[in-house]
Amino acid sequence: MAEMPYIDLEKCDCCGHCVEVCKCHAIVLVNNIITIIETEDCGWCTECEAICPIGAISCAFEIVFEEG
Amino acid sequence: MAVDIEIIKQVAYFAGFASDDLEEAAKPFFEQTVKRGEIIAMEGDPAENLYVVASGAVKLFKTSAEGKEQILYLAHAGESFNDVPVIDGLPNPASAQAMGPVDLYALSKVDMRALLDKYPKAQKNTTNLLAGRIRTLSLLVEDLSFKHVIGRVAGILLKYAGDDVGSKPRLTQQDMAAMAGTAREVVGRSLKMLEADGSIKMNRHRIVISNKKALEGMVEMAT
Ligand code: SF4
Ligand code: SF4
Repeated sequence: MAEMPYIDLEKCDCCGHCVEVCKCHAIVLVNNIITIIETEDCGWCTECEAICPIGAISCAFEIVFEEG
Repeated sequence: MAVDIEIIKQVAYFAGFASDDLEEAAKPFFEQTVKRGEIIAMEGDPAENLYVVASGAVKLFKTSAEGKEQILYLAHAGESFNDVPVIDGLPNPASAQAMGPVDLYALSKVDMRALLDKYPKAQKNTTNLLAGRIRTLSLLVEDLSFKHVIGRVAGILLKYAGDDVGSKPRLTQQDMAAMAGTAREVVGRSLKMLEADGSIKMNRHRIVISNKKALEGMVEMAT
């Protein structure tokens, strides 16, 4: 299961900006609802988070120390 | 040892001067030799002379209230310093220190004024020189503020790094920007830079800290 950016649907007003900006087509509009498709193609570029005018998308990073 | 006309020729004020004008302009300069580490001008003191480096290198720097030193630029042979206070008549904006044995050609404030009055070309050259100084300092400001941001981002990464997955909260670039007091794009740029220098690895939604020491060093630099 690929980890994906999180969209807060309560906030999202379906403007579609994130759909346009996502190069790997991981974000689509299905029946006027923004939907994220799980895919390893999403390189966590965070463009969707950057473009969302209302901050409904978050691409959160987990920070870890390298082992050893 | 007389004032070497070949050095005077390189000084920005005299760009485009004919050789007899150069000879004339060089006359009021007097030599001064300083030892390594000697302070030539002190920040805040009144400025008496403009200096041209004849040999060696001079460090122009400012000292913060905490005693931290910031180098503004290094003047080498053929370059002048102490120009600004001599021109505006205000105290030295920075200190100058010899980085090794240094030979200087000094020009008094009065002689500098007379020179500018006499040669309109020197006035034009002054404008160019000061414009160049502003440009250099603007780049330095940009560099310093970016260094500060990088330091803050490095600090955030260290603070929120867990030993195992899930032990610390996840952060978006927006979160990091708010914590660092900067814009989201600047955080993005900082992460890219940290990745390029090998301090971190960006692995999709995971930021792996591969060089903890380097990040700690950046935090140190920014404080
Ligand atoms: S992070 Fe980039 S690739 Fe992934 S969903 Fe957002 S825009 Fe698409
Ligand atoms: S950009 Fe934001 S508000 Fe617009 S559709 Fe995407 S998530 Fe919704």
